[in-house]
This record gives sequence, structure tokens and C-alpha cells, in this order.
Amino acid sequence: MIDLQLLVLLLTPLLGGLLLAVFGSRSWAAELNSLMSFCTLIAAVVLTMRVIDSGPQVAFNEQFFIDQFNVFLVALTAFVAFTTSLFSRPYMRIEQHHGKLTTQMLHLYYSMYQLFTLAMLVALTSNNMGIIWVAMEAATLTTVLLVSLYRTPASIEAAWKYFILCGVGIALALFGTILLYFAAERVLGEGGTALLWTHLNQVKGSLEPTVLKIAFVFLLVGYGTKIGLVPLHSWLPDAHAEGPTPVSAVLSGLLLNVALCAVMRSKVLVDGALGTDSAGGAHFAGNLMMGFGLLSVVVAALFLSRQKDIKRMFAYSSIEHMGLITFAFGMGGPVATFAAMLHMTMHSLTKSAIFFAVGHAVQKAGTQQMENIRGILQISPTVGWGLMLGTLAILGMPPFGVFASEFLIITTAMHDYPWTTPILLIALGIAFAAIFGKVQPIVFGETTAKPLPHQPALIPVFAHLLLVLILGLYMPPYLANWYRQAAALLGG
Amino acid sequence: MTMSYTIQIINMLAALLLLIAFAMLSQRRILSLINLFAWQGLVLSLSTFVVAYSTHQNHLYYSAGLTLLLKVLVLPWLLHRLILKLNVKWDVETLINIPTTMLVGIALVIFSFNLAAPISQLSESITRGLIGIALASVLLSLLMMLTRRKAVPQVVGFLAMENGLFFAATSATHGMPLVVELGIALDVLVATFIFGIFFFQIRETFDSLDISNMEKLKDD
Repeated sequence: MIDLQLLVLLLTPLLGGLLLAVFGSRSWAAELNSLMSFCTLIAAVVLTMRVIDSGPQVAFNEQFFIDQFNVFLVALTAFVAFTTSLFSRPYMRIEQHHGKLTTQMLHLYYSMYQLFTLAMLVALTSNNMGIIWVAMEAATLTTVLLVSLYRTPASIEAAWKYFILCGVGIALALFGTILLYFAAERVLGEGGTALLWTHLNQVKGSLEPTVLKIAFVFLLVGYGTKIGLVPLHSWLPDAHAEGPTPVSAVLSGLLLNVALCAVMRSKVLVDGALGTDSAGGAHFAGNLMMGFGLLSVVVAALFLSRQKDIKRMFAYSSIEHMGLITFAFGMGGPVATFAAMLHMTMHSLTKSAIFFAVGHAVQKAGTQQMENIRGILQISPTVGWGLMLGTLAILGMPPFGVFASEFLIITTAMHDYPWTTPILLIALGIAFAAIFGKVQPIVFGETTAKPLPHQPALIPVFAHLLLVLILGLYMPPYLANWYRQAAALLGG
Repeated sequence: MTMSYTIQIINMLAALLLLIAFAMLSQRRILSLINLFAWQGLVLSLSTFVVAYSTHQNHLYYSAGLTLLLKVLVLPWLLHRLILKLNVKWDVETLINIPTTMLVGIALVIFSFNLAAPISQLSESITRGLIGIALASVLLSLLMMLTRRKAVPQVVGFLAMENGLFFAATSATHGMPLVVELGIALDVLVATFIFGIFFFQIRETFDSLDISNMEKLKDD
């Protein structure tokens, strides 16, 4: 039964990709794209309910593994992929109307969009550390041509940088995977099972600690490039700023999470191998992640105030939030892990909502330079308020959900690692001042913007923000319980 | 063939691999670079074959065949076609500071051997001494990508890095499971196609394949 449910989940985007590869230039391609994403969402919901009811499961000869942790990312990925497809329908039409995109470019976009969803879902659900690597690389390959979709010099440069840097990063992750296999082979014997995470998890106590330490460094640096951890982040603002906005939304809201999921899977193994003996470096993986996370938060906050391009600014904000999540996962423990997962959810929903609003604001103003976008509220109250509320939410204002998760992370940090608290608070303060100071004149004031030829997509923006608001005010016990179980699985 | 002969052959092939990595680092001609890449693939395929023969690991024969097909025939053929179409076949790149690059390369080799020493001690494989060489050739290819200013050599560096990783997999563990190896091979093949598309996009937009033209996106 689980086999069938998983098969539907993975085959739907594959079928979507193939259908859109054939029919991608028809006038109804956008609707087909949304329909396929909707079917993926339904399949993901069915699978999620099943896993929450009956616990972790393996499928297809143990090649796939689904537990409460990755199923939450599966659900999130399917949901944001669906809302982004709704947003991209009018957005891409307007871009086409403005003459920035041709039908062939849209054809490529729709087909790759589905295959990108497929790559992310495989990376999330695979039990095989090798296949996770293959799927992560496939996720890069499907998006790299989307980043250069506009064929402007800047977009080609951004795509090249994305391709090369992530290619190098992911190669280091492959070396880490090889070392992991090397350590596992000594315990589990040669053959297919030595890369299966469930098997590794059972024997993690007897894996060779020295090898696992080195392997984890390579895995963290490799997948960390994809998460956008400083100092491996330099591709991220370029790719997010120069690609089409729906691509920025899914890169920022989803792909970064998927890479983090792979890192967390590795962390569980390393923690197990190192044991609880603190003299043997028990918290080695956690410390590394905390270090990278903290550095990312600080550097991203400092870079925020220097940005002139609105999408670039929100890309740096993604680096900041991914740093915060990595830091929280690094701290470990049930509360911090719970908070990190909550923050992943909130960040995905809020950041993609912001990108939707930003996309339309940029279309109205005709530029991404913030100094030339003024008074969006005057011309379109809904886009203006969407952008303003989204900004307040991402900056951690109550009553939005980001406040709840940031509050949890900071209180845990205060308890376990007090010295990090002032650094985090100052960085968040700087980020607040930088982003709010820049978004405020964009939303209010006299306008220069023009009305759009098509009705903008606003339902996704407000649906996301409403969810973030509700989760900030009230977390249903069902959801809280689910997240707690997932945190427990990660050794929290 | 006795065991000691096998080990000597594999060691010699590993040394050749490292030598080719250094040669690529200093090679200015794009055409020769691609040929070196094909030679590296051949050495890799041979060493995999020898490991397969001496350890009776049947799946390694498949990966040796796959390497031969992909890295000696298909990828170099694709690259040859690309440089012919792009008209850069006889391009010569000016490399500054080859001696410094070589010295950095030697430092990387020493670093790799040190890092790999504790891992090699644990290995029971006949090829355990070679993990250091594999890591060294990965890092040398990385260095090559950093020092190049043209698109094609950067991509050759990227592919050579994959060769080093493959060598690491066969020398440390007798190769990854076949399904993973096939997946990696598919990714590399698709990546090369996309790189090919990019070459044309870059040249159309910037009128050359020189990446130093692409320095617009910066934070200031």
C-alpha cells in the first residue's frame, strides 16, 4: 500500500514533466502545470496522513524511507510547489506580455518545473545516501537552465556560477558519501545495503568515528553549498535575483530545505558513531553546524543593508534564515530541533509569499532596483499589503509564526549556549532595520508604477500568510505532536 | 598474476592518474586538455578492471566498461564536437603563474595524503594506499577550475573531478552499488549536455567563452 502511495507521489511529477515536454507550448500549459502540481499535493497529503498514523515505513525493497521528519518536508514541498504553480500562471503571462519570455522558454520552464519537483521528492524520500546525492545533483541540473531563462548577460552569469559552485560543492558531498560507504561496508558488508540509511541508522554505534567525522565535514560543506551557508553562499543571491520569480520562490522556499534534510540525515549517523562521550567529540557535528549557522546569520545580516536589488535582498534574508535553522539543528535537543523544523515551515511559506508579492511589484515598477520601486500600495493595495505583511512576518514580528519559532530558538540558545544569544539578537536587529527601512518606502508613498495587463495572482500570497498567522497564534495538537515525533527521530 | 604484481600495476596506474591531473593543471591548449581527460578516463577504466580481476568483484567489470564508454568515448567525443562547433579547437589559454599553481598543487597532494592516512589504515582493500591519491586528484581538478578563465577548461576540470571521485570509490570500497554508479553517470552525462547549451548561450551573449567577462554580479 505504501509502495503504491509513494509511486503515485513520484510518478505524478514525472508524468507532468513528460506531458509538459510535449504540450508545454500550448496555451493551457500553465493550467496543466497547476493540475499536475495539485495531484502531487493530493498524493503527498495521502502519504503524510498515512505516515503520521502508522509511523516510519520503508518502501520498494527498502530503497525509500519515509518518517515523520521527511514527510513534513514532502508535504511542505508539494504545497509550496502547487501554490507557486498557481502564482506562475499569471506571472509568466505578464512576463510574456512584456516581451521578456517566448513560448519556447515557457515550454522549458513548465517541463523543468515538474522535473524539479520530482528531483526534490526523490531526494527527500530516498533511503539510499547515494541516490540522495544523485537527486540533489538532478535538482541543480533541472533548475540551472531556469535561472538563465531570460538569457540576459546577468542571468547567464548567475546560472553559470550556480552550476559551477553547486557542482563543486556537490562533488565534495559525493566524496563524503564515498567515505560513509567505506565506513559502513566494514560493518554491513559489501553490496546494496551499506548505503541504506535505515541500515546505517541501526549500526551507527559501531561505525568508525574518525572516518565518519571526515565524511561529515565533506557532506556538510558539499550540501552546505546548496543550503547557502556562508562562505559557500555566493551563488545564491545571484541565482535568486536573476532567475524568474517563481523559480526564486521554489529555490528559496524548497531546495534549501531539501539540502538541509540530507545534512540532518548525515548528522544523525555521525552523532550515533561518536557516542555520548563528550571527550570523544560527541557534539562534533552539532558544533560544526552551529558555527556555520551563526556565521551565515551574521554575514547575511551585514550584507542585507548594502543591497539595492529587491530580490537579492530577500535572497540574503534566506541565507540568514537558513543559517538560523542550521544553528538550531546544530544545538540539538528536542526543543531546538522542534523549533528548527517549525522555522523551516514558516520560512518556506513566508519567503515564497514574499517572492510572489515582490514578483508582481517588480512587474509593476519595471525594475528590481529598490530605489525605483515606490508606492506600490497606491496602485495595488493587495500587492502592497502582501509585501508589507510578508516582510513583517519574515522579520519575526508577532503574531506571525516566524516569531514563535525564532523565540523558541533564541530561548533555547540562551539556555544552552548563552554566549550566542547577543550575537543572534544583534544580527536579527540589523536585519530588521535593513529590510524594514527598505520595504517601507516601496510600499507607501507616491507611485511611479503602472497597472498590469493581467490580473496578478494574490490568493497564494495571502493563503501562505494566513497559514503563517494561524500557526503563530495556535498550533494544533496534531501538528505539534507530529513535529515532536519528528524531532525525537532526529535524536532530539 | 600474483597479488603483488596486481598491487604494483594499480599503484602505477594511480601514479599515472595523479601525473595526468598535474599535466591538466598546466596544459594551455584546449584540445590537448580534452585528450588528457580521455587518457585519464582510460587509466581509470584500466585500474578498475585490474581491481575487478584481482578481487573477483563482478560488478566492477560493469563499472570499468561504463567508465570506458562514458569517459573515454562519449564525453571526449561530445567535447571535441563542441569545440569544433564553437571554433575554439586551437585556442590557447594564457595561464599566469604556472609554477605557483604547481606548488599549490603539491601542497594539496601533501594535505590529501595526511587527511587520508587514518582512513587508509582502516581499509582492508588491496588498494587502500590510494585514497590519498584519489583525494589529491579531486583537489587538483578543483584547483584547475579555480585557475581557469575560460568556460571549456572549467568544465573539463569539473569532469576530471568526477574521475577522481570515481577512483576514490573503487580504491576505498571496491566501488559504490551499481544503481548509484548508474545514477552518477547519468547526472554527469546530462550535466555535460547542459554545459554544452551554456557554451552557446555564453558565446551568444558575451561574444567569447571567457568567464572573466562575467563579473557584473557583485556586492559592493
